[in-house]
Amino acid sequence: MSADSATYPIEQRPAPSRREPLVPNGVLGMLIFIFTEVMFFSGLISAHAIVKSQAAGQMWPPYGQPRLPVEQTALNSLALLVSGVVLVLTWFAFRRDREGARIPLLLSIVLGTVFVGFQGMEWVALLAEGLTMQSSTYGGFFYLIVGTHAVHAVCALVALYWAFHRLDRGTLTTNQLATVSAFWYFVVLIWPILYWTVYL
Amino acid sequence: MADTVIDVHHHGAAGHDDHHHDQHWIVKYLWSTDHKIIAMQYMFTGMAMGVIGGFMAYVFRMQLAFPGISVPGFGQVSPGEYNALITNHGSIMIFWLAMPVLIAAFGNYLIPLMIGADDMVFPRINRLSFQIFFISVVVLLASLFVEGGGFGGAWTSYPPLSAESTYNLTTLGSTLWLTAVALEFVAFLLGGINFITTLMNSRAPGMRAYDIPMVCWMIVIASILFMLSVGPLIAGAVMLLFDQVLNTGFYDPARGGDPILWQHLFWFFGHPEVYVVLLPAIGITVDVIATFARKKLFGYKMVLYTAVATGVLSFFVWAHHQFIAGIDPRMANVFTVTTLLISVPIAEMCFVIIATLYGGSITLTTPMLWALAFMAEFLIGGVTGIFLGASGADIYFHDTYFVLAHFHYTFFPIAIIGTFCGFTYWFPKMFGRMMNETLGKIHFWGTIIPFNFIFIPLFVLGMGGQHRRIYNFQHFPELATDQMYSLRQVATIALLVMIAFQAVFVFNVVYSWLKGPKAGKNPWKANTLEWTTESPPPHGNWPPAELPNVYRGPYEYGHPDREEDYWPQNEPA
Repeated sequence: MSADSATYPIEQRPAPSRREPLVPNGVLGMLIFIFTEVMFFSGLISAHAIVKSQAAGQMWPPYGQPRLPVEQTALNSLALLVSGVVLVLTWFAFRRDREGARIPLLLSIVLGTVFVGFQGMEWVALLAEGLTMQSSTYGGFFYLIVGTHAVHAVCALVALYWAFHRLDRGTLTTNQLATVSAFWYFVVLIWPILYWTVYL
Repeated sequence: MADTVIDVHHHGAAGHDDHHHDQHWIVKYLWSTDHKIIAMQYMFTGMAMGVIGGFMAYVFRMQLAFPGISVPGFGQVSPGEYNALITNHGSIMIFWLAMPVLIAAFGNYLIPLMIGADDMVFPRINRLSFQIFFISVVVLLASLFVEGGGFGGAWTSYPPLSAESTYNLTTLGSTLWLTAVALEFVAFLLGGINFITTLMNSRAPGMRAYDIPMVCWMIVIASILFMLSVGPLIAGAVMLLFDQVLNTGFYDPARGGDPILWQHLFWFFGHPEVYVVLLPAIGITVDVIATFARKKLFGYKMVLYTAVATGVLSFFVWAHHQFIAGIDPRMANVFTVTTLLISVPIAEMCFVIIATLYGGSITLTTPMLWALAFMAEFLIGGVTGIFLGASGADIYFHDTYFVLAHFHYTFFPIAIIGTFCGFTYWFPKMFGRMMNETLGKIHFWGTIIPFNFIFIPLFVLGMGGQHRRIYNFQHFPELATDQMYSLRQVATIALLVMIAFQAVFVFNVVYSWLKGPKAGKNPWKANTLEWTTESPPPHGNWPPAELPNVYRGPYEYGHPDREEDYWPQNEPA
C-alpha cells in the first residue's frame, strides 16, 4: 500500500516556545473548585424548591413555625456585600502599593466576621422560638443552607486572615491574594441567591 | 481549602530537590509528592479493593446458585450479610476500583508524562488526595465489621431505607458507608482540580490542544464531568447524613420530605459518573489501538468533540433510572429521547476505532487484545442499554437481572478490561520490564471467555423475570425452576473460573517485575512523550535540561516520508 504525501501533509510550525499560562495555577484551581461549589449549592437550592413546592396546603412556613427575621438579615447581608466591595478595593490598593491594602483587607475581614456573628445570634433567637432542624423540613432547610454558607464564610475568613498575616510579613503574592479573594467573592455573591431562596 | 491551594501553589515549585533520593523509604513511598508514586499507591490500593469486591461477588454468587450452602472462605450467608455484600460490591467496584485506577492512577501517572511536565501543579494536594482516599478505604472496610454489619441498602442508597435505622438495621454501618463515600469524593475533587489545572497550564512548549494524547483529554473531560456532577450528590448526601444522625426529615414523607428527591440528586451524579469512568477507558483504548494498528488515529477531533458531547448529554439522562418511580410519563418520554441520543456519540467513537483499525498493520499484543475486547464487549453493553433507555421496555425490565447484566457489560469492560489494557500497555514504562506475552494472553482469554459465560445467562434470567434484589430464589416458586438454577450455576462456575485465571495475572506481574526482559525507553515504538524518558522515569521525569519540546500530534504513525513507521512528538521535523 503506498500513500502519497498529499494524504499526509506536513504541517509547518514555528519553533516551540514556553507559554505563560492564561490563568495562574492557584487561581485556576480555585475557579474549578468554585464551579463545584456552585453545583453543590444548586443541589441544595433545587432540593429546597422541590420540598417547598410539595408542602402540605402550600403553607410555607408550615403551621406553628416562626417567621424568619427577613429585615434584620437584609441589613446584615449589607455588611457582607460591603465586605465584598471593600475586598475589590483591597485588590486595587494591593496592585498600587502593598501597604495601602492593609486597612481595606482588615475592614473586609471585620465586616465578614460581623456578618457571621449576627447570623449566629439570629440562630440562637430562632432556636428559642422553636425552629430546629427536626421541627420541620422548613427548619431543616433553613439551618442546612444557611449553615452551609456560614461554614464556607468561616473558611473564607480564615483564608483572608491568612492572607492578611502574609501581607503583614510582606510575603503575600498577587496570585495568592487573587485566589483567596475569588473564594470570598463566591461566598459574597452566592449569599443574595440563598437569601432570596430561604428568606423570601 | 483555600488555604491549602495557595500554600501548595507557592511552595510546590521547590519539590524536586536532590535530598529526595536519600529519604527513608517510608517518606519516599508513603509520603511522596511524586505523581508516579501516588499513581502506584492509587493503582495498588484500587486493585486490592478490586480483589475484595471480587471476593464479595464470589460469596453472593455462590449463595444465589447454591442457596444455603456454607460458602468456602465465608460460611453461611445470612440475608443481612447478602445485602451488605451486594451493596459493598457495587460501591467498591465503582468508587474504589474504577475511579481510583482509571482516573486517579492513570491520570496521575500519564498526564505529567504525556504532556512533558515534571510533576502535577499541586503535588502536595495530590498527596493529600491519596491520603484522604486511603482513609475512605479504612472507613469503608470498618463499616463491614461494626455492630449490625455493613450497610445493605444498595450502592444507590435510596431513602427511606437508607435513612431510617429502624428499616435498615445498620445504624453505624450505613453512616460509616456514607462517610466513606463522602471522603472518597473529597479525594477525587482534589485530584480533579489537579488534573484539569495541570493539563491546562503545564504542557510542554509547542504542545497545542490538538497535540494532547487522547487519554489525557479523556481523563480531564471525565474530571470536569465529575466536578460538575458531584455537587448535587454531596448536597443530597449531607441531607441523608442529617436524616441518619440528626433525625431530620428531608427524605421522610411523613414529615414533609420527599424520598424521590434523593433519586434525582443521586442520579444527576450517578449517570454522568458512568461516563466519568467510561471516557478514561476509551482514551486508553484509543491510544493502544492507534499504536498497535500503526496508523494515525482516524478523526482525532471527532473523538474529542464526541467525548464533550457525551459529557454534555450525560447531564440530561438521569431520570431514566426512575421510569417506575412515579415520574410523569411525559417526562419519561423526554428522558427516553435523551438516553437514546447519547448512544450516537459513543457509536461515533466505535466507528472511529474501526476506521483506525481498517488497513492498519495490526499486532495482536496483550494490550491490543484487551483494547479490542473492550470495544466488542462494551458494544453489547451499549446495545442492551437501548432496551432499558426506552421507557416502554424498561417498565418490564426494571430491576431485573437484564439491567444487572447490561451494566456489567458496560462496567466490566470499563473497570476491568480498561484497567488491564492500560496496565499491560504501560507496564514497561512503570516498571522498566516487559510482561510475558504468553501468560498475558492466557490471562486475557481466561478472563474474557468466562466473563461472557457469567453475564449472558443473566440476560436470559432477567428476561425471564428474575428480580435483582432477592436473596434466595427458593422462596419464589416461579423463579426456582431447574432451568433457571442451571443458568445461575453456569454463571457462578464461570465466575470461579475467571477468578482462578486472575492468578495468572498476579504471577505474570510479579515474575515480569523481577525477571522480565529490560524494556528500554520505547518498547512499543509509540509517539507520545512518556516513551522518550527512561523506564521507569526518574524523579522529575526528565533531566531538567532535557524536558521535551513538541512538534506534532501524538498519532503520526506510518508516515510515507520516513524510514521509521513512527514519529515521536518531540522529534524536530
